[in-house]
Amino acid sequence: MTTGRTSSLLARGGWRLAIGIIALLYTALAVFAVNFPALTGRIVDQANIIPAETRSAIEPKLADLEAKSGIQLVVATVTSLEGQEVEPYANELFRSWKLGEKAKNNGVLLLVAPNERRVRIEVGYGLEGTLTDALSKVIITNAITPRFKAGDFNGGISRGVDDIITVLTTDASEWQKRPSLRLDNQQTIDPATWLLIAALIALFTLLIVSPGFRWLFLNLVLNILVSSGGSRSGGGYSSGGGFSAGGGSSGGGGASGSW
Amino acid sequence: MAISMARVRGVSAAVLLGLTVAGCGYNNIPTYEEQAKAKWADVQNNYQRRSDLIPNLVATVQGYAKQEKDVLTAVVEARAKATQVKIDVSQLTDPEKLQQFQAAQNQLSGALGRLLAVSENYPDLKSNQNFLALQSQLEGTENRITVARRDYIEAVRLYNTELKTFPGLLWAATFFRANKPMAEFVASDNAQTPPQVKF
Repeated sequence: MTTGRTSSLLARGGWRLAIGIIALLYTALAVFAVNFPALTGRIVDQANIIPAETRSAIEPKLADLEAKSGIQLVVATVTSLEGQEVEPYANELFRSWKLGEKAKNNGVLLLVAPNERRVRIEVGYGLEGTLTDALSKVIITNAITPRFKAGDFNGGISRGVDDIITVLTTDASEWQKRPSLRLDNQQTIDPATWLLIAALIALFTLLIVSPGFRWLFLNLVLNILVSSGGSRSGGGYSSGGGFSAGGGSSGGGGASGSW
Repeated sequence: MAISMARVRGVSAAVLLGLTVAGCGYNNIPTYEEQAKAKWADVQNNYQRRSDLIPNLVATVQGYAKQEKDVLTAVVEARAKATQVKIDVSQLTDPEKLQQFQAAQNQLSGALGRLLAVSENYPDLKSNQNFLALQSQLEGTENRITVARRDYIEAVRLYNTELKTFPGLLWAATFFRANKPMAEFVASDNAQTPPQVKF
Protein backbone atom coordinates (compact mmCIF):
# COMPACT_ATOMS: atom_id res chain seq x y z
CA MET A 1 0.00 0.00 0.00
CA THR A 2 2.63 2.45 1.09
CA THR A 3 4.94 1.32 -1.66
CA GLY A 4 2.14 1.81 -4.15
CA ARG A 5 1.54 5.31 -2.89
CA THR A 6 5.20 6.28 -2.93
CA SER A 7 5.61 4.89 -6.43
CA SER A 8 2.58 6.86 -7.63
CA LEU A 9 4.00 9.92 -5.92
CA LEU A 10 7.30 9.24 -7.59
CA ALA A 11 5.55 8.85 -10.92
CA ARG A 12 3.79 12.15 -10.38
CA GLY A 13 7.09 13.77 -9.43
CA GLY A 14 8.65 12.25 -12.54
CA TRP A 15 5.94 13.75 -14.68
CA ARG A 16 6.44 17.12 -13.12
CA LEU A 17 10.16 16.85 -13.64
CA ALA A 18 9.65 15.90 -17.29
CA ILE A 19 7.28 18.82 -17.84
CA GLY A 20 9.74 21.12 -16.09
CA ILE A 21 12.60 19.93 -18.29
CA ILE A 22 10.53 20.36 -21.44
CA ALA A 23 9.51 23.87 -20.39
CA LEU A 24 13.13 24.68 -19.68
CA LEU A 25 14.17 23.38 -23.09
CA TYR A 26 11.58 25.55 -24.80
CA THR A 27 12.69 28.67 -22.96
CA ALA A 28 16.29 27.81 -23.84
CA LEU A 29 15.24 27.56 -27.49
CA ALA A 30 13.45 30.88 -27.28
CA VAL A 31 16.59 32.47 -25.88
CA PHE A 32 18.76 31.05 -28.64
CA ALA A 33 16.53 32.14 -31.51
CA VAL A 34 17.65 35.46 -32.95
CA ASN A 35 15.22 38.22 -32.19
CA PHE A 36 14.40 39.83 -35.51
CA PRO A 37 12.28 42.98 -35.62
CA ALA A 38 8.86 42.54 -37.19
CA LEU A 39 8.37 43.60 -40.80
CA THR A 40 6.02 46.48 -40.12
CA GLY A 41 6.48 48.35 -43.38
CA ARG A 42 8.98 49.29 -46.06
CA ILE A 43 11.07 51.07 -43.44
CA VAL A 44 11.71 49.25 -40.18
CA ASP A 45 13.55 51.72 -37.97
CA GLN A 46 14.33 49.76 -34.84
CA ALA A 47 17.44 51.83 -34.06
CA ASN A 48 15.36 55.00 -34.40
CA ILE A 49 17.74 56.95 -36.63
CA ILE A 50 15.38 57.91 -39.47
CA PRO A 51 13.35 61.08 -38.76
CA ALA A 52 9.75 61.36 -39.90
CA GLU A 53 10.41 63.70 -42.85
CA THR A 54 13.06 61.41 -44.33
CA ARG A 55 10.75 58.46 -43.83
CA SER A 56 7.92 60.17 -45.67
CA ALA A 57 10.35 61.14 -48.44
CA ILE A 58 11.73 57.60 -48.94
CA GLU A 59 8.58 55.54 -48.45
CA PRO A 60 6.79 56.68 -51.67
CA LYS A 61 9.94 55.89 -53.68
CA LEU A 62 9.99 52.34 -52.33
CA ALA A 63 6.27 51.90 -52.99
CA ASP A 64 6.68 53.33 -56.48
CA LEU A 65 9.52 50.91 -57.20
CA GLU A 66 7.39 47.95 -56.24
CA ALA A 67 4.38 49.17 -58.21
CA LYS A 68 6.46 49.58 -61.36
CA SER A 69 8.77 46.60 -61.20
CA GLY A 70 7.60 44.30 -58.41
CA ILE A 71 10.92 44.75 -56.64
CA GLN A 72 10.62 44.99 -52.86
CA LEU A 73 13.26 47.24 -51.35
CA VAL A 74 13.16 47.41 -47.57
CA VAL A 75 15.27 49.65 -45.32
CA ALA A 76 15.99 48.28 -41.86
CA THR A 77 17.94 49.64 -38.93
CA VAL A 78 18.61 47.40 -35.94
CA THR A 79 19.80 48.18 -32.44
CA SER A 80 21.94 45.05 -32.31
CA LEU A 81 23.24 42.31 -34.58
CA GLU A 82 22.90 39.94 -31.61
CA GLY A 83 26.57 39.12 -31.60
CA GLN A 84 26.53 38.00 -35.23
CA GLU A 85 28.45 39.42 -38.15
CA VAL A 86 26.41 41.60 -40.49
CA GLU A 87 26.49 39.10 -43.41
CA PRO A 88 24.76 36.10 -41.74
CA TYR A 89 22.44 38.43 -39.84
CA ALA A 90 21.30 40.20 -43.01
CA ASN A 91 20.82 36.90 -44.83
CA GLU A 92 18.74 35.40 -42.03
CA LEU A 93 16.69 38.56 -41.64
CA PHE A 94 16.06 38.62 -45.41
CA ARG A 95 14.94 35.00 -45.35
CA SER A 96 12.73 35.42 -42.32
CA TRP A 97 11.05 38.42 -43.93
CA LYS A 98 10.86 36.68 -47.33
CA LEU A 99 11.36 39.87 -49.35
CA GLY A 100 10.47 39.87 -53.02
CA GLU A 101 8.09 37.74 -55.04
CA LYS A 102 8.37 34.02 -54.40
CA ALA A 103 8.92 33.09 -58.04
CA LYS A 104 11.33 35.95 -58.82
CA ASN A 105 13.15 36.43 -55.51
CA ASN A 106 13.36 40.12 -56.36
CA GLY A 107 13.90 41.67 -52.96
CA VAL A 108 16.62 43.96 -51.64
CA LEU A 109 17.41 44.73 -48.01
CA LEU A 110 19.40 47.75 -46.89
CA LEU A 111 20.45 46.95 -43.34
CA VAL A 112 22.08 49.49 -41.01
CA ALA A 113 23.45 48.54 -37.59
CA PRO A 114 24.55 51.89 -36.11
CA ASN A 115 25.86 50.42 -32.86
CA GLU A 116 28.12 47.95 -34.65
CA ARG A 117 28.86 50.55 -37.35
CA ARG A 118 28.06 48.06 -40.09
CA VAL A 119 25.92 48.40 -43.19
CA ARG A 120 24.90 45.78 -45.76
CA ILE A 121 22.97 45.59 -49.00
CA GLU A 122 21.54 42.06 -49.19
CA VAL A 123 20.31 41.18 -52.69
CA GLY A 124 17.73 38.49 -53.49
CA TYR A 125 18.61 35.66 -55.89
CA GLY A 126 16.64 37.20 -58.73
CA LEU A 127 18.42 40.56 -58.70
CA GLU A 128 22.00 39.35 -58.37
CA GLY A 129 22.57 40.00 -62.05
CA THR A 130 21.35 43.62 -61.85
CA LEU A 131 22.49 44.82 -58.46
CA THR A 132 25.80 42.98 -58.47
CA ASP A 133 28.19 42.65 -55.56
CA ALA A 134 30.53 45.18 -57.17
CA LEU A 135 27.75 47.75 -57.69
CA SER A 136 26.48 47.24 -54.15
CA LYS A 137 29.97 47.86 -52.86
CA VAL A 138 30.28 51.01 -54.96
CA ILE A 139 26.99 52.33 -53.52
CA ILE A 140 28.12 51.57 -49.97
CA THR A 141 31.57 53.11 -50.29
CA ASN A 142 30.50 56.17 -52.30
CA ALA A 143 27.01 57.07 -51.16
CA ILE A 144 26.55 55.58 -47.72
CA THR A 145 29.64 55.20 -45.53
CA PRO A 146 31.15 58.69 -46.10
CA ARG A 147 27.91 60.26 -44.84
CA PHE A 148 27.59 57.80 -41.97
CA LYS A 149 31.12 58.66 -40.96
CA ALA A 150 30.07 62.28 -40.63
CA GLY A 151 27.09 61.20 -38.51
CA ASP A 152 24.60 61.90 -41.30
CA PHE A 153 22.41 58.76 -41.25
CA ASN A 154 19.65 60.64 -43.04
CA GLY A 155 21.71 61.58 -46.06
CA GLY A 156 23.46 58.20 -46.22
CA ILE A 157 20.24 56.24 -46.22
CA SER A 158 18.42 58.52 -48.71
CA ARG A 159 21.35 58.56 -51.11
CA GLY A 160 21.81 54.82 -50.73
CA VAL A 161 18.14 54.19 -51.51
CA ASP A 162 18.27 56.56 -54.50
CA ASP A 163 21.33 54.82 -55.92
CA ILE A 164 19.91 51.33 -55.40
CA ILE A 165 16.72 52.38 -57.18
CA THR A 166 18.73 53.93 -60.02
CA VAL A 167 20.70 50.72 -60.51
CA LEU A 168 17.58 48.56 -60.35
CA THR A 169 15.59 50.71 -62.75
CA THR A 170 18.16 51.17 -65.47
CA ASP A 171 17.96 47.49 -66.32
CA ALA A 172 15.09 47.27 -68.78
CA SER A 173 14.17 43.66 -68.09
CA GLU A 174 13.33 44.46 -64.47
CA TRP A 175 11.27 47.42 -65.50
CA GLN A 176 8.20 45.66 -66.75
CA LYS A 177 4.78 46.18 -65.35
CA ARG A 178 3.33 43.27 -63.56
CA PRO A 179 0.79 41.51 -65.77
CA SER A 180 -1.71 41.37 -62.94
CA LEU A 181 -2.06 45.14 -63.13
CA ARG A 182 -3.13 45.10 -66.75
CA LEU A 183 -6.81 45.54 -67.31
CA ASP A 184 -7.17 43.98 -70.75
CA ASN A 185 -6.16 40.58 -69.40
CA GLN A 186 -9.33 40.31 -67.41
CA GLN A 187 -11.73 40.91 -70.25
CA THR A 188 -11.08 37.91 -72.44
CA ILE A 189 -11.58 34.34 -71.26
CA ASP A 190 -8.87 32.06 -72.54
CA PRO A 191 -9.51 28.38 -73.51
CA ALA A 192 -7.93 27.16 -70.24
CA THR A 193 -10.75 28.77 -68.31
CA TRP A 194 -13.37 26.99 -70.49
CA LEU A 195 -11.57 23.70 -69.84
CA LEU A 196 -11.62 24.35 -66.12
CA ILE A 197 -15.36 25.08 -66.22
CA ALA A 198 -16.01 21.89 -68.18
CA ALA A 199 -13.95 19.89 -65.69
CA LEU A 200 -15.88 21.36 -62.77
CA ILE A 201 -19.22 20.50 -64.41
CA ALA A 202 -18.00 16.93 -65.02
CA LEU A 203 -16.86 16.67 -61.41
CA PHE A 204 -20.21 17.78 -60.01
CA THR A 205 -22.14 15.47 -62.34
CA LEU A 206 -20.01 12.53 -61.22
CA LEU A 207 -20.44 13.49 -57.58
CA ILE A 208 -24.21 13.47 -57.97
CA VAL A 209 -24.48 10.33 -60.11
CA SER A 210 -21.94 7.90 -58.62
CA PRO A 211 -21.78 7.06 -54.89
CA GLY A 212 -18.43 5.30 -55.42
CA PHE A 213 -16.95 8.47 -56.85
CA ARG A 214 -18.40 10.49 -54.01
CA TRP A 215 -16.65 8.22 -51.51
CA LEU A 216 -13.39 8.42 -53.43
CA PHE A 217 -13.55 12.21 -53.71
CA LEU A 218 -14.21 12.65 -50.00
CA ASN A 219 -11.22 10.46 -49.16
CA LEU A 220 -9.04 12.36 -51.59
CA VAL A 221 -9.93 15.72 -50.09
CA LEU A 222 -9.36 14.40 -46.57
CA ASN A 223 -6.00 12.98 -47.57
CA ILE A 224 -4.87 16.24 -49.11
CA LEU A 225 -5.97 18.12 -46.02
CA VAL A 226 -4.10 15.73 -43.74
CA SER A 227 -0.91 15.68 -45.76
CA SER A 228 -0.77 19.45 -46.24
CA GLY A 229 -1.63 20.27 -42.64
CA GLY A 230 1.93 19.99 -41.44
CA SER A 231 3.60 22.02 -44.13
CA ARG A 232 4.43 25.60 -43.41
CA SER A 233 2.72 28.33 -45.35
CA GLY A 234 4.80 30.16 -47.89
CA GLY A 235 3.00 33.42 -47.57
CA GLY A 236 4.60 36.50 -46.17
CA TYR A 237 3.78 38.97 -43.49
CA SER A 238 1.12 41.51 -44.17
CA SER A 239 0.85 44.85 -42.47
CA GLY A 240 -1.86 47.43 -42.18
CA GLY A 241 -0.17 49.75 -44.67
CA GLY A 242 -0.96 47.46 -47.59
CA PHE A 243 2.57 46.09 -47.62
CA SER A 244 3.27 42.39 -47.59
CA ALA A 245 6.33 40.36 -48.42
CA GLY A 246 6.00 37.89 -51.26
CA GLY A 247 8.10 34.92 -50.16
CA GLY A 248 11.43 35.62 -51.83
CA SER A 249 14.84 34.40 -50.73
CA SER A 250 18.46 35.43 -50.89
CA GLY A 251 21.68 33.50 -51.16
CA GLY A 252 24.11 36.02 -49.75
CA GLY A 253 24.45 38.37 -52.71
CA GLY A 254 25.35 42.02 -52.16
CA ALA A 255 28.05 43.78 -50.22
CA SER A 256 28.77 45.14 -46.78
CA GLY A 257 30.79 47.97 -45.34
CA SER A 258 31.72 49.65 -42.10
CA TRP A 259 32.44 53.20 -41.05
CA MET B 1 -22.52 -1.82 -65.36
CA ALA B 2 -21.41 -4.22 -62.62
CA ILE B 3 -18.00 -4.59 -64.21
CA SER B 4 -17.52 -0.86 -64.52
CA MET B 5 -18.51 -0.40 -60.85
CA ALA B 6 -15.88 -2.96 -59.79
CA ARG B 7 -13.36 -1.18 -61.95
CA VAL B 8 -14.13 2.17 -60.39
CA ARG B 9 -13.68 0.58 -56.96
CA GLY B 10 -10.36 -0.95 -58.00
CA VAL B 11 -9.00 2.26 -59.41
CA SER B 12 -10.18 4.29 -56.45
CA ALA B 13 -8.61 1.79 -54.04
CA ALA B 14 -5.30 2.12 -55.87
CA VAL B 15 -5.46 5.91 -55.79
CA LEU B 16 -6.36 5.88 -52.11
CA LEU B 17 -3.54 3.53 -51.27
CA GLY B 18 -1.14 5.84 -53.07
CA LEU B 19 -2.42 8.87 -51.19
CA THR B 20 -2.28 7.09 -47.85
CA VAL B 21 1.29 6.02 -48.51
CA ALA B 22 2.16 9.60 -49.46
CA GLY B 23 0.57 10.80 -46.24
CA CYS B 24 2.82 8.45 -44.27
CA GLY B 25 5.97 10.13 -45.51
CA TYR B 26 6.86 7.81 -48.39
CA ASN B 27 7.79 10.86 -50.46
CA ASN B 28 10.00 12.44 -47.84
CA ILE B 29 13.17 10.49 -48.54
CA PRO B 30 13.32 11.21 -52.29
CA THR B 31 12.19 14.80 -51.71
CA TYR B 32 14.86 15.54 -49.13
CA GLU B 33 17.43 13.72 -51.22
CA GLU B 34 16.70 15.92 -54.22
CA GLN B 35 16.78 19.04 -52.07
CA ALA B 36 20.15 18.13 -50.61
CA LYS B 37 21.50 17.43 -54.10
CA ALA B 38 20.24 20.80 -55.32
CA LYS B 39 21.92 22.51 -52.38
CA TRP B 40 25.12 20.73 -53.21
CA ALA B 41 24.89 22.05 -56.76
CA ASP B 42 24.66 25.55 -55.26
CA VAL B 43 27.77 24.93 -53.16
CA GLN B 44 29.71 23.71 -56.17
CA ASN B 45 28.48 26.57 -58.36
CA ASN B 46 29.65 29.14 -55.88
CA TYR B 47 33.08 27.57 -55.58
CA GLN B 48 33.18 27.52 -59.38
CA ARG B 49 32.26 31.19 -59.43
CA ARG B 50 35.17 31.97 -57.13
CA SER B 51 37.46 29.92 -59.31
CA ASP B 52 36.29 31.88 -62.38
CA LEU B 53 37.23 35.18 -60.75
CA ILE B 54 40.81 34.12 -60.06
CA PRO B 55 42.44 34.42 -63.52
CA ASN B 56 41.26 38.01 -63.74
CA LEU B 57 42.48 38.75 -60.23
CA VAL B 58 45.86 37.17 -60.87
CA ALA B 59 46.25 39.16 -64.09
CA THR B 60 45.41 42.42 -62.31
CA VAL B 61 47.78 41.80 -59.43
CA GLN B 62 50.51 40.74 -61.84
CA GLY B 63 50.33 44.10 -63.55
CA TYR B 64 51.34 45.85 -60.34
CA ALA B 65 53.30 43.27 -58.38
CA LYS B 66 55.30 41.10 -60.74
CA GLN B 67 57.87 40.35 -58.07
CA GLU B 68 55.34 38.42 -55.98
CA LYS B 69 55.79 35.40 -58.20
CA ASP B 70 55.62 32.75 -55.46
CA VAL B 71 52.30 33.93 -54.15
CA LEU B 72 50.83 34.23 -57.63
CA THR B 73 51.92 30.76 -58.75
CA ALA B 74 50.63 29.29 -55.49
CA VAL B 75 47.19 30.71 -56.28
CA VAL B 76 47.25 29.45 -59.87
CA GLU B 77 48.32 25.98 -58.77
CA ALA B 78 45.80 25.76 -55.94
CA ARG B 79 43.08 26.82 -58.37
CA ALA B 80 44.09 24.14 -60.88
CA LYS B 81 43.97 21.52 -58.12
CA ALA B 82 40.66 22.71 -56.75
CA THR B 83 38.97 22.63 -60.15
CA GLN B 84 40.06 19.00 -60.59
CA VAL B 85 38.19 17.83 -57.49
CA LYS B 86 34.56 17.73 -58.56
CA ILE B 87 31.89 15.80 -56.74
CA ASP B 88 29.05 14.24 -58.67
CA VAL B 89 25.77 14.19 -56.75
CA SER B 90 25.94 10.38 -56.61
CA GLN B 91 29.22 10.62 -54.70
CA LEU B 92 27.79 12.74 -51.91
CA THR B 93 27.47 9.69 -49.65
CA ASP B 94 31.26 9.32 -49.62
CA PRO B 95 32.75 11.34 -46.74
CA GLU B 96 36.27 10.89 -48.08
CA LYS B 97 35.40 12.51 -51.39
CA LEU B 98 33.87 15.47 -49.61
CA GLN B 99 36.93 15.83 -47.44
CA GLN B 100 39.15 15.90 -50.53
CA PHE B 101 36.97 18.58 -52.04
CA GLN B 102 37.10 20.63 -48.89
CA ALA B 103 40.85 20.24 -48.53
CA ALA B 104 41.45 21.43 -52.10
CA GLN B 105 39.15 24.42 -51.66
CA ASN B 106 40.70 25.30 -48.31
CA GLN B 107 44.12 25.31 -49.90
CA LEU B 108 42.87 27.73 -52.52
CA SER B 109 41.36 29.92 -49.78
CA GLY B 110 44.73 30.01 -48.04
CA ALA B 111 46.62 30.92 -51.21
CA LEU B 112 44.06 33.62 -52.02
CA GLY B 113 44.36 35.02 -48.53
CA ARG B 114 48.12 35.34 -48.93
CA LEU B 115 47.71 37.01 -52.31
CA LEU B 116 45.32 39.56 -50.86
CA ALA B 117 47.56 40.17 -47.87
CA VAL B 118 50.47 40.83 -50.21
CA SER B 119 48.43 43.28 -52.32
CA GLU B 120 48.20 45.47 -49.24
CA ASN B 121 51.78 46.56 -49.97
CA TYR B 122 50.93 48.06 -53.35
CA PRO B 123 48.99 51.34 -53.04
CA ASP B 124 48.59 51.65 -56.82
CA LEU B 125 47.04 48.20 -56.97
CA LYS B 126 44.76 48.93 -54.04
CA SER B 127 43.30 51.97 -55.75
CA ASN B 128 42.91 50.25 -59.13
CA GLN B 129 39.24 50.23 -60.16
CA ASN B 130 39.42 46.77 -61.65
CA PHE B 131 41.02 45.41 -58.52
CA LEU B 132 38.37 47.05 -56.33
CA ALA B 133 35.58 45.51 -58.39
CA LEU B 134 37.23 42.08 -58.28
CA GLN B 135 37.74 42.42 -54.57
CA SER B 136 34.05 43.12 -53.89
CA GLN B 137 33.05 40.27 -56.20
CA LEU B 138 35.37 37.94 -54.34
CA GLU B 139 33.98 39.06 -51.00
CA GLY B 140 30.45 38.50 -52.27
CA THR B 141 31.35 35.06 -53.58
CA GLU B 142 32.92 34.02 -50.29
CA ASN B 143 29.75 35.10 -48.55
CA ARG B 144 27.62 33.12 -51.02
CA ILE B 145 29.80 30.08 -50.38
CA THR B 146 29.15 30.43 -46.65
CA VAL B 147 25.40 30.66 -47.22
CA ALA B 148 25.34 27.75 -49.69
CA ARG B 149 27.34 25.56 -47.33
CA ARG B 150 25.01 26.36 -44.47
CA ASP B 151 22.00 25.48 -46.63
CA TYR B 152 23.62 22.22 -47.73
CA ILE B 153 24.44 21.21 -44.16
CA GLU B 154 20.84 21.91 -43.19
CA ALA B 155 19.43 19.91 -46.15
CA VAL B 156 21.70 16.94 -45.43
CA ARG B 157 20.75 17.03 -41.77
CA LEU B 158 17.08 16.88 -42.75
CA TYR B 159 17.67 13.98 -45.14
CA ASN B 160 19.85 11.97 -42.78
CA THR B 161 17.39 12.45 -39.94
CA GLU B 162 14.56 11.25 -42.17
CA LEU B 163 16.51 8.05 -42.90
CA LYS B 164 17.01 7.37 -39.21
CA THR B 165 13.70 8.36 -37.65
CA PHE B 166 10.15 7.00 -37.80
CA PRO B 167 8.39 6.74 -40.23
CA GLY B 168 11.20 7.38 -42.72
CA LEU B 169 13.09 4.55 -41.08
CA LEU B 170 10.52 2.04 -42.38
CA TRP B 171 10.69 3.32 -45.94
CA ALA B 172 14.48 3.38 -45.77
CA ALA B 173 14.50 -0.25 -44.69
CA THR B 174 12.08 -1.37 -47.41
CA PHE B 175 11.77 0.67 -50.60
CA PHE B 176 14.81 2.93 -50.33
CA ARG B 177 17.50 0.49 -49.29
CA ALA B 178 19.89 2.02 -51.79
CA ASN B 179 19.64 5.40 -50.05
CA LYS B 180 22.64 6.01 -47.84
CA PRO B 181 23.14 8.95 -45.50
CA MET B 182 24.98 11.83 -47.15
CA ALA B 183 28.30 13.10 -45.92
CA GLU B 184 28.06 16.25 -43.87
CA PHE B 185 30.45 19.08 -44.32
CA VAL B 186 32.63 19.21 -41.29
CA ALA B 187 31.80 22.81 -40.51
CA SER B 188 35.22 24.35 -40.55
CA ASP B 189 35.86 27.53 -38.62
CA ASN B 190 35.25 29.70 -41.63
CA ALA B 191 31.79 28.20 -42.24
CA GLN B 192 30.48 29.98 -39.17
CA THR B 193 32.41 33.22 -39.36
CA PRO B 194 32.11 35.53 -42.35
CA PRO B 195 34.71 35.53 -45.10
CA GLN B 196 38.11 36.50 -43.84
CA VAL B 197 39.01 38.33 -47.00
CA LYS B 198 40.83 41.40 -45.88
CA PHE B 199 42.23 43.90 -48.30
